Amino acid sequence: MKPISYKIGEHPDLPPPASVTGPLAWVRNNLFSSPTNVVMTLVSVWLLFELIPPMLNWMLFDAAFSGENRDACRAQAGGACWAFIAERFRLFTYGFYPAEERWRVNLAFVLLLLALVPVLYDRLPLRKYGLYYSMVFPLIAGWLLLGGWGLAPVDTDQFGGFMLTLVIGVTGIAFSLPIGILLAMGRQSSLPVIRLVCVGFIEFIRGVPLITLLFVASTMLNYFLPKGTVFDLLLRVLIMVTLFASAYMAEVIRGGLQAIPKGQVEAAEAIGMKYWQSMRLVVLPQALKISIPGIVNTFIGLYKDTTLVIIIGLLDPLGIGRSSLADTKWTGLHNEVYLFVAIFFFISCFSMSRYSLYLEKKLQTEHDH
Amino acid sequence: MSENPNDSQPREDSEYAVVMRNVHKWFGPFHVLKNLNLNVTRGEKIVICGPSGSGKSTLIRCINRLEEHQEGDIIVDGTELTNDLKHIDKVRSEVGMVFQHFNLFPHLTVLENCTLAPIWVKKMPKAEAEEIAMKYLERVKIPEQAHKYPGQLSGGQQQRVAIARSLCKRPRIMLFDEPTSALDPEMIKEVLDVMVELAGEGITMLCVTHEMGFAKTVADRVIFMDGGEIIEQNSPQEFFDNPQHDRTKLFLSQILDHT
Ligand SMILES: Nc1ncnc2c1ncn2[C@@H]1O[C@H](COP(=O)(O)OP(=O)(O)OP(=O)(O)O)[C@@H](O)[C@H]1O
Ligand SMILES: [Mg+2]
Repeated sequence: MKPISYKIGEHPDLPPPASVTGPLAWVRNNLFSSPTNVVMTLVSVWLLFELIPPMLNWMLFDAAFSGENRDACRAQAGGACWAFIAERFRLFTYGFYPAEERWRVNLAFVLLLLALVPVLYDRLPLRKYGLYYSMVFPLIAGWLLLGGWGLAPVDTDQFGGFMLTLVIGVTGIAFSLPIGILLAMGRQSSLPVIRLVCVGFIEFIRGVPLITLLFVASTMLNYFLPKGTVFDLLLRVLIMVTLFASAYMAEVIRGGLQAIPKGQVEAAEAIGMKYWQSMRLVVLPQALKISIPGIVNTFIGLYKDTTLVIIIGLLDPLGIGRSSLADTKWTGLHNEVYLFVAIFFFISCFSMSRYSLYLEKKLQTEHDH
Repeated sequence: MSENPNDSQPREDSEYAVVMRNVHKWFGPFHVLKNLNLNVTRGEKIVICGPSGSGKSTLIRCINRLEEHQEGDIIVDGTELTNDLKHIDKVRSEVGMVFQHFNLFPHLTVLENCTLAPIWVKKMPKAEAEEIAMKYLERVKIPEQAHKYPGQLSGGQQQRVAIARSLCKRPRIMLFDEPTSALDPEMIKEVLDVMVELAGEGITMLCVTHEMGFAKTVADRVIFMDGGEIIEQNSPQEFFDNPQHDRTKLFLSQILDHT
């Protein structure tokens, strides 16, 4: 091909040559760019080939989806016995929530999804009103799940399964963020008393394992509280989990606060803003933005830590799984149970992680360039 | 009653834009401001210069209480600065400040930067605040950037936004702390032009700067500080042509060497 020449200053933008774009170039650049890379690629392909087909066989192609008990499953096929999970599915989802009242759990779940929309998606028309709804949602959900005022009351010791995970996880997430923000601000306060209280609280909670706090919640509180006080176990657990996450949250957010230059507060003060205004409108929006990875990390940690409540006798999905395994009809089906619970947690945590990446990217492109 | 070298008649404190009387300030054990006395008449343009660390920034930051003085009186537009938060709010509502590093809010657009104080501090309706903000953005000649974020603007443009932002609450006194010293040379002029224009409008200005050309065209008085004290003050003409103090002469010879 004869090279075309252009006048100086008039060179047009040309498409890149095929060797730097297209799938073949991608493969060459990413998979076979160096001898080490070639070896790594081949080893990875071999590993995937060794692992994926047997796993798929066990999970799907050789699996039994119906059957009365373990032996019925085994008679059909050599793979997983999903009939077990299918039989216990409601138990895994609702715990011991009364069957005729389960529509309330379903409704609360749908309302939860609706409450998340205005929080997660800021382009929503009339978002302000949506957020009001999100703020009263905890009250609605509490009423639906606990009953009273026209609904049959349900005791919290009947809560269990994924529903219990969501109750603890969502409560912890919703309350630990604001409490963590206040603690982080308190830790930087110019008033020594406030600073001392916040530092003391954060360091104490961070220095103690969550399990210890849960034990305190389940047993020791009875000694401290006046005799005869009825103080729901689930409520105590919710408080402990929230406080635990708040302490970590406070440290994550403190990191963000420290990254904001002093000039930002000075500029806010110079235009006449009060402390709370400058925090809310100037400092926190920036500090929270850079803390997103740490905040979501804490959320995910909290969400998975909800499984620890099994220690004090609450039946989260793992608890349900363990008690189901005790049924002689289904003995020995550990893999199915733990894989099933793992998938549930993975879906929840992976969505949180993806959302945080999306949010980071969005704020990034919005504010800089 | 206080004395002003430019002004033979004694006046009441409240007739001055700023009165500083026997002001002392310490940072820990370090004595930054030593017995400062300064009266600024309404509409006066003052340029403050002096070597690094001489306390120029501290002086003007005391005027809007970004720094607290420990002894003496500071009276801004008739309001004495004490620990009373109402007084501080009142003073801040009348004093605008422009910083060396702009200190714009990076998460807000240019327009939102300008409307933040009117909406939240003055409780002005949003539409009205935006109208006023656009007016000032036009004055600093960047109305077309209103919907961009500060990170998308050049340094000179950012500093002009910062000027517009502090004008939006219609201050009677403007403080500038080295507004051009963080700028690339080709952007200094666009900011100084805006400041010269502003100076023509009767607003009181206190400006820490080493831009001597600006001082000559705009200032009524040039103040030279060193070691936390006002060493010398005079009209720009006298100050540059006929400096009295040795330290002033040394300082002037140093900065004029460069230009
Ligand atoms: N927050 C502070 N804590 C302790 N010392 C301070 C503080 N701020 C300023 N100083 C000190 O006070 C002195 C005066 O500072 P100031 O910023 O007023 O100087 P300046 O004249 O504005 O200098 P520059 O030209 O470098 O801006 C300096 O020695 C500085 O180190
Ligand atoms: Mg300075």
